[in-house]
Amino acid sequence: MALRRQIRVGSQWMYADEAHKALREALRVMKDEEGGAHGGHHLPWIRRYVFSTDHKWIGIQYGFTALLFLMLGFCLMILMRLQLGWPGHAFSVMKLLGESRAPGGVLLPEAYNQLGAMHGTIMIFLGIVPLAVGAFGNYLVPLQIGAPDMAFPKLNMISYWCYAPGGLIMLASFLAPGGTAQSGWTSYPPLSVIASQGQTWWLVGMVFLITSSLLGSVNFIVTIIQLRAKGLSYMRFPFFVHAQFVTSFLLLLAFPPLEAAAVLQLMDRVAGTSFFLPSGLVVSGQALTNAGGGNPLLWQHLFWFLAHPEVYVLILPAMGIVAEIIANGTRKPLWGYKSMVFATVFLGFMSFVVWAHHMFLTGMGTTISAFFQTTTMIISIPSVIILSSLFISLWGGSIRFTTPMLFALAFLPMFGIGGLTGLPLGLAAADIHLHDTYYVIGHFHYVVAPGTIFAMFGGIYYWFPKATGRKLNDFWGRVHFWVSFVCINGIFFPMFAQGLAGVSRRLYDGGMQYAHAKQIAAQTNPFMSVCAIGLLAAQVPFVINFFYNAIAAALGHRDEGLGSNPWESTTMEWAATTSPPLAHGNFEVLPVVYRGPYEYNVPGEAAEFIPQHMPAAPAPAPRGGSLLPSTAVAMREN
Amino acid sequence: MTDPAAAVEPGVDVHEHAGVGDPNAHHHSPEQIRSEMRVYITVFIGLAVLTAVTVGACYGLKLPVHTAIIVALIIASIKGFLVAGFFMHLLSEKKVIYGVLILTVVFFIFLMTLPVSHHANPFGS
Amino acid sequence: MDAHASVGHAELEIPYNVHPRPDTGVYNAKLGIWLFLASEVMLFGALFSSLILLRTGADTWPRGYEMLNVPLATFNTFILIVSSVTVVMAWSQLRLGNLKWGRIYISATILCALIFLVNKAFEYGHEFREHNFPKTNNFFAIYFTMTGLHGLHIIGGVIVFLYFLGPGAKMWAHDPERYTNRIEVVGLYWHFVDLVWIFLFPVLYLM
Repeated sequence: MALRRQIRVGSQWMYADEAHKALREALRVMKDEEGGAHGGHHLPWIRRYVFSTDHKWIGIQYGFTALLFLMLGFCLMILMRLQLGWPGHAFSVMKLLGESRAPGGVLLPEAYNQLGAMHGTIMIFLGIVPLAVGAFGNYLVPLQIGAPDMAFPKLNMISYWCYAPGGLIMLASFLAPGGTAQSGWTSYPPLSVIASQGQTWWLVGMVFLITSSLLGSVNFIVTIIQLRAKGLSYMRFPFFVHAQFVTSFLLLLAFPPLEAAAVLQLMDRVAGTSFFLPSGLVVSGQALTNAGGGNPLLWQHLFWFLAHPEVYVLILPAMGIVAEIIANGTRKPLWGYKSMVFATVFLGFMSFVVWAHHMFLTGMGTTISAFFQTTTMIISIPSVIILSSLFISLWGGSIRFTTPMLFALAFLPMFGIGGLTGLPLGLAAADIHLHDTYYVIGHFHYVVAPGTIFAMFGGIYYWFPKATGRKLNDFWGRVHFWVSFVCINGIFFPMFAQGLAGVSRRLYDGGMQYAHAKQIAAQTNPFMSVCAIGLLAAQVPFVINFFYNAIAAALGHRDEGLGSNPWESTTMEWAATTSPPLAHGNFEVLPVVYRGPYEYNVPGEAAEFIPQHMPAAPAPAPRGGSLLPSTAVAMREN
Repeated sequence: MTDPAAAVEPGVDVHEHAGVGDPNAHHHSPEQIRSEMRVYITVFIGLAVLTAVTVGACYGLKLPVHTAIIVALIIASIKGFLVAGFFMHLLSEKKVIYGVLILTVVFFIFLMTLPVSHHANPFGS
Repeated sequence: MDAHASVGHAELEIPYNVHPRPDTGVYNAKLGIWLFLASEVMLFGALFSSLILLRTGADTWPRGYEMLNVPLATFNTFILIVSSVTVVMAWSQLRLGNLKWGRIYISATILCALIFLVNKAFEYGHEFREHNFPKTNNFFAIYFTMTGLHGLHIIGGVIVFLYFLGPGAKMWAHDPERYTNRIEVVGLYWHFVDLVWIFLFPVLYLM
């Protein structure tokens, strides 16, 4: 097969066919703007930007909304950390919550509970899942598999428009009399059933969010199975696609039981049923008049049946992002790709049989306890396989320490700490001591905060050039990384010590009222709170960087020398599309796949990397050593 | 994974079961469709009879609870199999659909059995 | 449908929307509806699981026929089975190219569904007059919740069928195959609703 011809256009070397493509696209755009042949092509503003059916724009909608919610959830936590660091102190910022929640600027315990419940809910359901799946998944999966869009574009639009109202309902719950949900993000009955009106709003909001996820997961699975390009067999997928694929099955099959549980709790709250209320319940000295006969554990079973697979929903897309960045940044294929794929599938499957490790202290007998301990220990194996493969992938690589790479590299030990600290929690005997302590909070925050969120940041720095045609500022990206990295460890690492010393979670004073917890609480809480404020400060350069470049891109200021594949990636979202990709259909002609996803430095080939959709390797680099000037630009930045 | 470029010949029924052909092959002869319609009527009669039997056994005969549960669930499963297999064409469907459903059935079993096992194994046992 | 994405058309051409993909053998919506039904299995499964947990943990639990109207529910079961036949007949007629008979059978399906709902309304009304509400005890709580959710699914199906009988039927004129596929897909949903009732009826009324 003939080698691809390269021509010089101005000061730039380009592949000839790419140049022709760009010229055709430019002519088409010009014709469009003249209102030429494509009369019906122009969509009204509301269908182009509000009710868009383009997966790329929907991904961006999800991304912006989710990032806003993440910031909001983080701000709620900042208020909590002020209280934890300096319990009982008056803070003027606390006055934002109003007199009923923070009289004189001192946070009330009930208000602390509201912040806690909503912090968890917002971060998980309004922040991370929409960002990881709705934003990254929506934007990248069709591009990475060579599809023109999702299988059901209108359904995709509906998914977003179930999420956004659901989020608004959650926010509106803050205005309910008695405040918002305050029974933890876990909403355990009987407390949640007798709680004030805000809890009902929470339940309704959850129904919207669950519906959004269900519709989205159907879309993802059908898209991946049916719309993958010719030649793209399953074992040629970029690992990110495998991660999203398994994640979608988790969302599809694990969310419905929580939807059922939410309906049951709504019935208990609104219709007076007793699904979760046992007989003889007395609240504040008054016996309840309900029929009784219910079981609070029923809620816990149904809730955790979802919520355990949910944590894998939180981590798998992040692992997918890290894998893509590492393969690209080490200039070699992932080590153990096949094992990673099988481990991911196995992990997804096992995630459905481990849930009662969240319930070890509910009066379980030894047999059922042993069953869940066993499955929980087994599920640690695929996680280790994936993490180890990512670590080993670094060996022998020509590592490019770009900003995304810093986040991806940090993910590895952070997720390692998070994962390892899960082990004593999965063993019932140790869990007796650690359950509902700060050890648990430290464990899951390590996986989600310096784990998933760092991966998300890495993904934003990595794919921003594809979506906008501009790179985020590299210097401020590194500032963002290093300050965040130091502060985030400062917040969460002491939690393990606190938990081991017996500081319970969900205490509004951080343990100061208990003699056994007082000392460690006083020693660690202020430090952790200072780190939290530092972490907030570290996000400022990121927010500015992000919005500055996003707005510039929206105004049409692209990075001239960037090219469509600045990271020199082999996967199709980079190598087979423009930056940003064509609004309509992504590709001029749907690509055909000829090779695996990570053909970097293939022995015997002259080219440094070969994109998936190329039948033959590109021509060797012309004099000067680099194929495209953008490579030199990228390398100089490092 | 099979080569995606390899096309299944249109009109060739890969699964031929009990007179209800592959619903996805889009070149069915009118005779085939009409014979399928006859199968639907047969299945309908079967479902009606089984409904009568369930009601007769559990309500008419007033079987004790445990027997009623077993009888009713067995008959319901047969009815379910008929609806799924013939009306929903599951007997002639493709592997990918089976795969999704088998996975679902496994998780469904977890959901049915594990929460109740909590009852069977309380603290101290 | 070929796999070429056309630039410049108002509506994007998604591959395998109508004709099956060769290696999987299914078209997109077929896979999509089965995935959705899988999630519905888990939804109703969770409710069945709740029923099992509550019943096995209860001191007393009434026999279904002591509290509920079995003959009426038996008739409803029969009606729903008829509606399953009519919808698959509708699809068969459409495959034969008969829009008229297809619409007749769809109308019959809607009629059966409405009869089911009217009977349910009678049942609920009777229960309320007997002062049996969801809050009365857990038997009625789970009865009303499960039949209520099932009823909502029936209403949803009726709305979709009405759409395809009405404005949706315009699709037949320019893309009869796509229309037929849509009826097949809604039919699958409808069969599932019938399937749920096949289990719900004995569990609530006969045990």
